[in-house]
Amino acid sequence: MNIVVCLKQTFDTEAKITLDAGGKIERKGVSLIMNPYDEFAVEEALRLKEKDGGEVTVISVGESSAQDALRQALAMGADKAILVDPGEAELDEYATATILAKAISGLEYDIILGGFRAIDDGSAQVAGRVAEILNVPVVNVVTKLEVEGGKAVATREIEGGSELVEVALPAVFTAQKGLNEPRYPSMKGIMKAKKKPMQKMTLGDLGLEGQVAAKVKALSYSLPEPRKAGKIIPGEAAEAARELAKLLREEAKVI
Amino acid sequence: MKYGVFTEEHEAVRKTIRRFVETELVPHVEEWEKQGYFADWVIPRMGELGFLSLRYPEKYGGAGGDYFMGIVLAEELARCGAGGLPMAVAVQTDMATPPIMQFGTEEQIKKYLIPALKGEKVACLGITEPNAGSDVASIQTRAVRDGDHWVINGRKTFITNGVRADFITLVAKTNPDLGYNGVSLFLVDKDTPGFSVTRKLEKVGMRCSDTAELLFEDCRVPAENLLGVENRGFHQIMWELQGERLIGAAGAVAGAQYTFEKCLEYARQRTQFGKPLIRHQVIAHKLAEMATEIEAARQLVYSTARKFAAGEYPVKEISMCKLVGGQVSFRVADAALQIYGGYGYMMEYGVQRSWRDSRLNRIGGGTDEIMKEVIAKSLGL
Ligand SMILES: Cc1cc2nc3c(=O)[nH]c(=O)nc-3n(C[C@H](O)[C@H](O)[C@H](O)COP(=O)(O)OP(=O)(O)OC[C@H]3O[C@@H](n4cnc5c(N)ncnc54)[C@H](O)[C@@H]3O)c2cc1C
Repeated sequence: MNIVVCLKQTFDTEAKITLDAGGKIERKGVSLIMNPYDEFAVEEALRLKEKDGGEVTVISVGESSAQDALRQALAMGADKAILVDPGEAELDEYATATILAKAISGLEYDIILGGFRAIDDGSAQVAGRVAEILNVPVVNVVTKLEVEGGKAVATREIEGGSELVEVALPAVFTAQKGLNEPRYPSMKGIMKAKKKPMQKMTLGDLGLEGQVAAKVKALSYSLPEPRKAGKIIPGEAAEAARELAKLLREEAKVI
Repeated sequence: MKYGVFTEEHEAVRKTIRRFVETELVPHVEEWEKQGYFADWVIPRMGELGFLSLRYPEKYGGAGGDYFMGIVLAEELARCGAGGLPMAVAVQTDMATPPIMQFGTEEQIKKYLIPALKGEKVACLGITEPNAGSDVASIQTRAVRDGDHWVINGRKTFITNGVRADFITLVAKTNPDLGYNGVSLFLVDKDTPGFSVTRKLEKVGMRCSDTAELLFEDCRVPAENLLGVENRGFHQIMWELQGERLIGAAGAVAGAQYTFEKCLEYARQRTQFGKPLIRHQVIAHKLAEMATEIEAARQLVYSTARKFAAGEYPVKEISMCKLVGGQVSFRVADAALQIYGGYGYMMEYGVQRSWRDSRLNRIGGGTDEIMKEVIAKSLGL
């Protein structure tokens, strides 16, 4: 079975987000990780491979730093990696999905996996768009996946419960927390990750030079208001409680 | 390459270990410190993840990494918030087992080293005795040949991992008339009749590490458990001590770095006289000095480690690393505690633990004074 995992490098969950002088998100000095939801996808791909054999290819659209995330997947056990450098192209979910789908269309695949969303922009669009372009079904927010005989049975999260769906392969699945517990990259795997194939492509290689442009443009970014200092209400307990209730209703408007 | 020594692979390993430390160790550290014992699953788990064999060749189950992989491990474990656990692991990886790799037979490697690297057997190192600490050559534990066995009698004390260890890399006298030319190393299984753990010692710091007093009473060890060359044990253990001191220094510096980071965070948040502590010049300068001392110590450790990794035997520099690493770690912890003020003196803040733990760095593995002795000698004094 051939499995392709789309993955993205994102800011570390602990990273402190700031804006640069131009109002863009400051990328300097931030530590980068593999998007945690994509890690579930990689883990699931490896488990499927361990069960039924096959090959796991991980693919990312990003600058050269994204190699680290791909190498992490290789160290976990993926077989090969593809990094598409978008160059100067402006990316939105549409553009990214177009590039990914084009690259994947040149591969053999039974299953395409990805995180259901990236923790940075949180748009949860890319995997679905890839499925659409490749004209294959997509099952979102999957918490359990079983594959047998050319079809898959997936459990997905729905409001208030879960849904069990069946789908013919090839298909796209997006991983939700709970799908599995991702393994650590193995130490030997880390030492050998550089020996595994890492194919680097440009938009030109995919025949997409000048063909992709973002349809959605970010106008500006803003940070949340800094938290205001807390308020201490002095006085007798009963009196203070009355005052607190009043403030909660009138000022904070929470009750 | 950071510092000219850390490659992408080192950084990937660092990231993995950091994650392990944060998710699997940190949540338990408080409890382990209270109990005076970290859970027995830790070493097997670390073995399973390949952390104990990073710098060992693949044929022994290792990852085939270089010496700096071991430094990465020591540095990241230092961030678990308690010194006892990294110390115990360092005993396992860099103190009790390297002599097996260096001087052992294939049989000994198979029976002791490989299981230790996998975390299946815990190792400890027995040098110190009630009457022989700094003066290693004066040990009294005696091994006498009897047929195809050695019969061992004596006591060891302050032995890290001694309570939980499956075997001990033991230093004993095989010929009392020959002084340090009459010392040998042995590998002794914990279930050898005549061997017992007489006491688990209570300590000021490094509390989650178990420290034992051991007794050998007519303990019969098979002849094939002699490690290395008979009567060459003193030289072999001096060789071992170099790796021990260097990794100890690396861990001490990394502990200081961690303490410093926490302290900086605290000093940013704590306000007195209408401004955060870091806006008071005295505190800012103190922090600057701490950062400088840590960096200086770290650079010495790295440059020395580079020589050591290249197969040199830089005894003077290693002793300097151990001396400066121990002193800086305690100075930084003490300064940090001062910056925390009264909160620093309270058990609910971690800095008191850094303060207690780092004190050991000036004693264990050779005291400050002994390091100065070695350095002075190498200066021809
Ligand atoms: C928590 C802990 C863990 C340890 N783990 C181990 C272990 O796993 N295995 C092991 O074998 N040992 C271990 N040790 C023992 C440690 O290595 C010794 O404590 C250390 O070497 C000092 O020996 P000592 O305690 O006997 O002090 P002593 O040698 O009695 O020294 C007392 C004081 O005299 C000073 N002194 C001694 N000789 C001289 C001299 N020639 N010139 C000037 N000053 C001198 C010392 O520096 C020290 O200040 C551990 C110790 C501790 C506290």
